[in-house]
Amino acid sequence: MKDQLRNNAHGRKPSNIFSLYVTGASPNSSRAITNLKNIFERYLGSQYELNIIDVYQQPQLVSKIDIVALPLLVRKMPLPERRLIGDMSDRDKVVRSLELSKVLHERD
Amino acid sequence: MLHSLPKVRTGITGLDEITLGGIPRGRPTLICGGPGCGKTLVSIEFIVKGATEFNEPGVFITFEEKAEDLIANVASLGFDLQKLQKNKKLKVDYVRIQRKEIEETGEYDLDGLFIRLGHAIDSIKAKRVVLDTIENLFSGLSNEGILRAELRRLFMWLKEKGVTAVITGEQGEGKLTRHGLEEYVSDCVILLDHRVVNQISTRRLRIVKYRGSLHGTDEYPFLIDEEGITVLPVTSLKLDRSVSLERISTGIASLDEMFSGRGFYRGSSVLISGMAGTGKTSIAACLIQEACTQKERCLFFAFEEPPAQIIRNMKSISLDLETPVKKGLLEFHSARPALYGLELHLSTIYKVVRQFKPTMVVLDPISNLISVGLINEVNSMLLRLIDFLQGQGITVIMTSLTDVLEERVNEGVSSLVDTWISIKEIEANGERNKFLYVRKSRGIKHSNQVRELIISDTGLELAEIYLGPSGILVGSARKERKLQKLTGKELKNQELREDIARRRQEDGIPHKARQRRGK
Repeated sequence: MKDQLRNNAHGRKPSNIFSLYVTGASPNSSRAITNLKNIFERYLGSQYELNIIDVYQQPQLVSKIDIVALPLLVRKMPLPERRLIGDMSDRDKVVRSLELSKVLHERD
Repeated sequence: MLHSLPKVRTGITGLDEITLGGIPRGRPTLICGGPGCGKTLVSIEFIVKGATEFNEPGVFITFEEKAEDLIANVASLGFDLQKLQKNKKLKVDYVRIQRKEIEETGEYDLDGLFIRLGHAIDSIKAKRVVLDTIENLFSGLSNEGILRAELRRLFMWLKEKGVTAVITGEQGEGKLTRHGLEEYVSDCVILLDHRVVNQISTRRLRIVKYRGSLHGTDEYPFLIDEEGITVLPVTSLKLDRSVSLERISTGIASLDEMFSGRGFYRGSSVLISGMAGTGKTSIAACLIQEACTQKERCLFFAFEEPPAQIIRNMKSISLDLETPVKKGLLEFHSARPALYGLELHLSTIYKVVRQFKPTMVVLDPISNLISVGLINEVNSMLLRLIDFLQGQGITVIMTSLTDVLEERVNEGVSSLVDTWISIKEIEANGERNKFLYVRKSRGIKHSNQVRELIISDTGLELAEIYLGPSGILVGSARKERKLQKLTGKELKNQELREDIARRRQEDGIPHKARQRRGK
């Protein structure tokens, strides 16, 4: 399962790129996907790219990316890289760690 | 029929003896201890020995050092991890966890670790797993509730996988591990300890618990050196070794005589005790020289003097130790006792003995070891050493300085030794003379006499003591008495000769004329 959500109305490469590593359809994984999408819609609108990767399908990735806890969200862009674990239910923390409120502010 | 617990040999020298066969197969074992106690090395040796000696590939997950660092660190122990990795016998994986890099946003699990471990195990068909040290997870992740649940799940999962796992943990305040790993790993717990007493550091190992198995319960010293880890158990407390009937000469005819003329038993232990300068080393050297003449291999552990000095000094009493050294029959190992701790001395001796395969070993002197350990420690070390040597049929010669330890070590050791020769020095008539006697000699009819030990340019000799009107006569008094006896005889002869001559003269035959006629 490699689900790519590219909400990009203008067709140019978005400045917000994320990878979400999950384990199949486990409750934590599904929750993380739903929660993230909600947050991103609210703060980034269509200006983001989210790659969802199932590590069961690609176990070799786990060592490469140094994964211990799952679900794991990695912010690839903008730099620096940020890592968040959990089902993303702590909405404030997600927003704060990814500095999304700033983005929202800029968009307005 | 009862089945005993299946075990996996660790391959670590001594550990498999203490655990009576190794650690539980297919279950996790916890190795804990303070920083620098050797947890990582014990666990890495478990993996390496598994891969090299038991054909059980292993996965080593490190949470502490990078794989490259680990490989470099253990290279000094002679472990080539890179080669093992290349041959698919080993997989090292470094799991990096840093709290400040990770934000926790709700529920999570450690599936990442599970997948990683599972993938590593499957890729080389691993039978052994080490997690060093999984407690680092607690510093990287803050949700203790999740961590504990996940650890429980991890150990269950490892059991299901059927791998023999070793988990290391840092010792905590009043607990075996900082985060209570012992709650999850309940089958076998090994505690390592590194302490410094009187500036001498000793590493110790203890099996805290081993469910379903007998095990040694003492603290066992262990060593880390260029050949890995050696745990030193008391080898044969069962006292069931075979004994020899063969007798070996001491090289001093008059000393042999004291042991009903044939010396003492091969493979027995002999203690020579005496005050400073009473000739203990000289007697030991005599024994060595005699053994080497019989083409036997001997080892001389000198804790007091360098080999060259012993050779030179023995030359002065006509004992040649140089030739056997050149022939390769005799080897000296010289080290100040304070150079290392008792355990390291012990293991050095073990190692040298295994390599050289001697039939006689000299320890000169054992009393010097007291400077590096407490008396009971020295005693227990000697116990192990004598056991080890005699277990292989090696004759053990020990010298001991008495004025330091007469009543302490000697008494402890005396129950272990088969033959005890004691030398005393007595001052009388303005001179000091040495007396030698046999305190005990198991199974040999030995002389109850005190003899005088005479060390001269020509070697060692035991002289019988003359009994004079004023008691025993030794040294100059003995010589005088001997001379007196000789001169007395001579005088008597002279008297007789004169007497004969006089009688002949009286018979009227001139002495000279008779002589001429006789021709």
